[in-house]
Amino acid sequence: MSNDFYTLKVNGENHQVLDAWTGESLLWVLRERLGFPGAKNACEEGECGSCSVRIDEEIVCSCLVLAGSAIDQEITTIEGLAPEGELGDVQQAFIEAGAVQCGFCTPGLLVTIDHLLEENQNPDDLTVREAISGNLCRCTGYGRILEAVQIAAASRRGENHE
Amino acid sequence: MPVTVARSLDDALSALEEHPNALILAGGTDVMVEVNKGTRPVEQVISIGRVPELQDWEHEGDWLHLGAAVTYTELMGEELSSLVPALAQAARTVGSPQIRNAGTIGGNLGTSSPAGDTLPALFALNAILTIRSKTTVKEVPIDEFITGVKSNSLNPGELIEKIRVPVLEGPQEFCKIGPRNAMVISVASFTLLTDHQEKQVKSCLGTVGPVPIRPTEAEDFISGEVNWEQNTVRPEVLDNFAALCSSAARPIDDHRGSAAYRRHAIRVLSRRAASRVFSEEIS
Amino acid sequence: MSDLKTETPVSGPRIGESAPRPDGVPKVNGSFAFSSDLWHKNMLWGGTLRSPFPSARITRLDITEALLIDGVQAVLTHEDVPGQNLYGLEHADQPVMAEEIIRYEGEPVAIVAADHPEIVRRALNAIQVEYEEMAPLTDPELAEETDFIHPDGNLIRRINLRHGDQEVQGEIQVEGIYEVGMQDQAFLGPESGLAVPGEDGGVDLYISTQWLHADRSQVASCLGLEEERVRITLAGVGGAFGAREDLSLHVHLCMLAMRTNRAVKMIYSREESFHGHVHRHPAKMWYRHHADSKGNLLRVEAKVLLDGGAYASSSGAVIANATCFAAGPYRIPSADIEGVVVRTNNPPCGAMRGFGAVQTCVGHEAQMDKLARALNMDPVEIRIKNALKPGDKLLTGQTITGTAPVAEVIQTCAEHTSTCQESTDPMSLPGGAGRTADPEHISRGEAIAVGFKNLMFSEGFDDFSSALCQLENGVATITCACAEVGQGFVTLAQQITREILGVEEVILAPAATQTVGSAGSTSASRQTWMSGGAVQKACEEVRVKLLEKLAVEHQVDIDNLVLVDGQVTSLNEDFTISLEEATSEPLEARVEYRHAPTFPLDENGQGDAHVSFAFSAHKAVVDVDPELGLVKVVELITSQDVGRLLNPLQAVGQLEGGAAQGLGLAVMEEVLVTEGNIRNASFTDYLIPTALDMPPVEIAAIIEQPEPGAPFGAKGIGEPPSISSTAAVVAAIREATNLELPRVPVRFTDIVSVEED
Repeated sequence: MSNDFYTLKVNGENHQVLDAWTGESLLWVLRERLGFPGAKNACEEGECGSCSVRIDEEIVCSCLVLAGSAIDQEITTIEGLAPEGELGDVQQAFIEAGAVQCGFCTPGLLVTIDHLLEENQNPDDLTVREAISGNLCRCTGYGRILEAVQIAAASRRGENHE
Repeated sequence: MPVTVARSLDDALSALEEHPNALILAGGTDVMVEVNKGTRPVEQVISIGRVPELQDWEHEGDWLHLGAAVTYTELMGEELSSLVPALAQAARTVGSPQIRNAGTIGGNLGTSSPAGDTLPALFALNAILTIRSKTTVKEVPIDEFITGVKSNSLNPGELIEKIRVPVLEGPQEFCKIGPRNAMVISVASFTLLTDHQEKQVKSCLGTVGPVPIRPTEAEDFISGEVNWEQNTVRPEVLDNFAALCSSAARPIDDHRGSAAYRRHAIRVLSRRAASRVFSEEIS
Repeated sequence: MSDLKTETPVSGPRIGESAPRPDGVPKVNGSFAFSSDLWHKNMLWGGTLRSPFPSARITRLDITEALLIDGVQAVLTHEDVPGQNLYGLEHADQPVMAEEIIRYEGEPVAIVAADHPEIVRRALNAIQVEYEEMAPLTDPELAEETDFIHPDGNLIRRINLRHGDQEVQGEIQVEGIYEVGMQDQAFLGPESGLAVPGEDGGVDLYISTQWLHADRSQVASCLGLEEERVRITLAGVGGAFGAREDLSLHVHLCMLAMRTNRAVKMIYSREESFHGHVHRHPAKMWYRHHADSKGNLLRVEAKVLLDGGAYASSSGAVIANATCFAAGPYRIPSADIEGVVVRTNNPPCGAMRGFGAVQTCVGHEAQMDKLARALNMDPVEIRIKNALKPGDKLLTGQTITGTAPVAEVIQTCAEHTSTCQESTDPMSLPGGAGRTADPEHISRGEAIAVGFKNLMFSEGFDDFSSALCQLENGVATITCACAEVGQGFVTLAQQITREILGVEEVILAPAATQTVGSAGSTSASRQTWMSGGAVQKACEEVRVKLLEKLAVEHQVDIDNLVLVDGQVTSLNEDFTISLEEATSEPLEARVEYRHAPTFPLDENGQGDAHVSFAFSAHKAVVDVDPELGLVKVVELITSQDVGRLLNPLQAVGQLEGGAAQGLGLAVMEEVLVTEGNIRNASFTDYLIPTALDMPPVEIAAIIEQPEPGAPFGAKGIGEPPSISSTAAVVAAIREATNLELPRVPVRFTDIVSVEED
């Protein structure tokens, strides 16, 4: 344990982390110290993507980020994907397309797909599949998730998805 | 502070001088797995992932200088994939997009796993590592750096600063076998580079020995048999090349694959890789 | 699938519509509380010390040093178990913590509560255990002739099913031996929960589970408490697939909370999760099929051996399914099936989606293809020719009284032509990102498989679900202990309530043991029928109470009152009253719903043991790289018997998701066990399909033939998708390679023959 503290900027706000053990992952600190349980703990070795968060401009597995090393970076979790009380287009599309079952993989996928669509509003099927290949889903077989991505992509392009 | 987030190479080296046995963290994608499991003690940590000198790369004449903190995603980018295609192809097979965004080429070297995906390409390229401490700097060829399964010649107080590889003229191939179509640890991999200037084929076998293996006999054989003007080979040369590559493998049995399969896979991959690069002469 | 979009009608979606999930919004904005997300003031962290050996005797167990660590609040062993140190779904045969004998790798030995997970870890390391290793029993074929590894013996259950004339011989006979590896449910949300000590000396447990009330009776018995003092509330469940039917950390958490008098939270790591729940039984199967020269099935002989691992779990029911459905959905007048499940020192096995029918489907479908080949018949034709239909008898002698559109699922699936193109992008070829193949290395195969299983619990089990419906101010509240594990029961419960009560707003109360009776397990494709039936019945009773009350109040004949769209209208008296007004005084009904009774199997495995059956067919198209043994499934086509479609969107989700698990078992998923030790207890080495492995699932047909006796005519739909998919994929690989491939998952070296070094 250490009595030092450090500050993490999560969803635009600074949070102090006090009395933390040095080895704590960003995932753990987000979930257990800062009250952001949206990122999920399914493998804690970077093999499932459930803990995906955005750090600055990249999507990473927060379980593989040492929390104390993520200072001075913009960390965005599922809780910061849309303004409080609103849903983003990908979130809306997930509900509409039936992409949510148990929901455990959902936050990681949403953060990943939101970022994908920011870079590419017209991704083809294979591009989407590769982009989400690090996000395991055990319930859906991915079919409705892929559908949701295309619904959200169409809405970002200003079209109606058929 | 137990965690130093270095913002310059000097920062990192000073911290390392003070704590020579500190845990060096680049992308964290290997180290944090052990930290989460509780198998890696964490006292002092030096994070080097955000050191600008280490994040940069530079193409200078016939050489490419890659900072140790260049990520796999960057290796897959347009510019680097045209300069070192095999390295880019290898990088694309590392873990998931999330892992590739965080994981670094220096980290792959530091972990020195027999299954490290970029290592065979670096071996085939005869990569030279720049190893630096606060007070020393030296260049170490990759085959002297990696000394065994998950072991290397890095000393306390040192870090990998950059990796220098030649930019070759000629096509390159990397193929890797895993039981899943993405996010999978290598069962066997094969890298093939052509150097049209030197009229040489360079290759390397991955995950079929404690360290990546250069099948030198196979390389010498095929280099001498290629019609470099036409970029062709006779089919039996491909067969012999594949057999020589396969016999250079020193695989083990483990839960990911048997030694016999791995040896077989090297034969198939080496032949396929060579036939992508050279057309078969019609006899 | 654009025809499956959600539409929101004026008064909320009812039966048959693609209603959106009520938990959809919290699940997409991160606020849905899974069992690992719980938090309590002043809470401690729990952890478990497990045996590294599959078979051993504990000779010394010393917790002294662990207790001395600053921040450690409790270290408990079997000596601290307040009640019975045994639990189990069918038989209480599994210790909460090992006493002297270790029977599988990962068996709990001690538990710890401390201020921080890192202190828990240090405390676990500081517990001193000395083991005397013993030779593990790992070969199920030797189990019955080996010394007992458990006081209950090594045989868990044997069924000798004999049906029809035992002397029948077919002109054509085909034989085969098949194997299925151990599959893991691999739900994404690892075992986790929170226990809070109660002021009454009891305990409140928040947990992910499939069956709250079965958990409660087992936990209470282990804690030595009356059931009322164990209150279990369902926390958010991150998938289940059978792995949450048995207890895992439940008793441990309660013991730590009660000992420390503080809330305790525990989360398994992924590695621990592999040791913490049961897996799908590995199977060895021998078959001999007899047919006449026209392809009519005459007789099936089979021996099915399942490895139950160290403890019984639900093995007895799994082997019953494997035996009863061993020959597939075909009309077969004579059968001799021996089903055996034994105890070994391998990891315990139990429930997983498909429950015994998955394993035998691999066997019977391979046999049907062999038979087709021997007869030079089309594999589709021989299946349709022998397809079960209503009125036919099963191997158990039971007559199918409900629907059985077997020929329909086969026909529609077979007729649906593949739309997939030849792959050219290396990413879509076998080997994927590894770029191992070029198109000329690829060989394509296509094949069909059919499967079926029972719905709900069988063999005379008193299977019921309970529900409470309350209607007040026009708002319905449904209380049911059905575990929502992702399947979407919560959506259906709202749809059913709206359908019957005509209300718009339906509140779902938390699922908990203290507010309502048992809903039974979320397994066996049973909740749509059972808890759906309970909700329907409760709503119907409230509806009748309401109409009766209004009839009296307004002195009209009840038959003249109709409840439509939030209003009760009198047909000829010309009055209308809104539900809101009519229910200013609350109305409620509490019900238990049972399906038609079933009966035990007799000594010949005969009897009306099951209620209803669901059927599915899959056609798989695969690309194989025969030289490297790599496979890419490029398309799955399916038809399924659903009785009646209650929510099209959710049904598609079940069909696609189940097929993905079936694909996984066919080509990549196996818990590798050597000498009793799991070698791949991680998501690095236990591989489940990624988005680059799972092809599109084309739904050829959803067959709607309402099932008599089922609420709304709907059958459960969760399991069939994972039954015939595995068999179809392996059959397609056989087509592509011309190999026998008698084992799943198909490994590289099953396709490539390599000389051993």
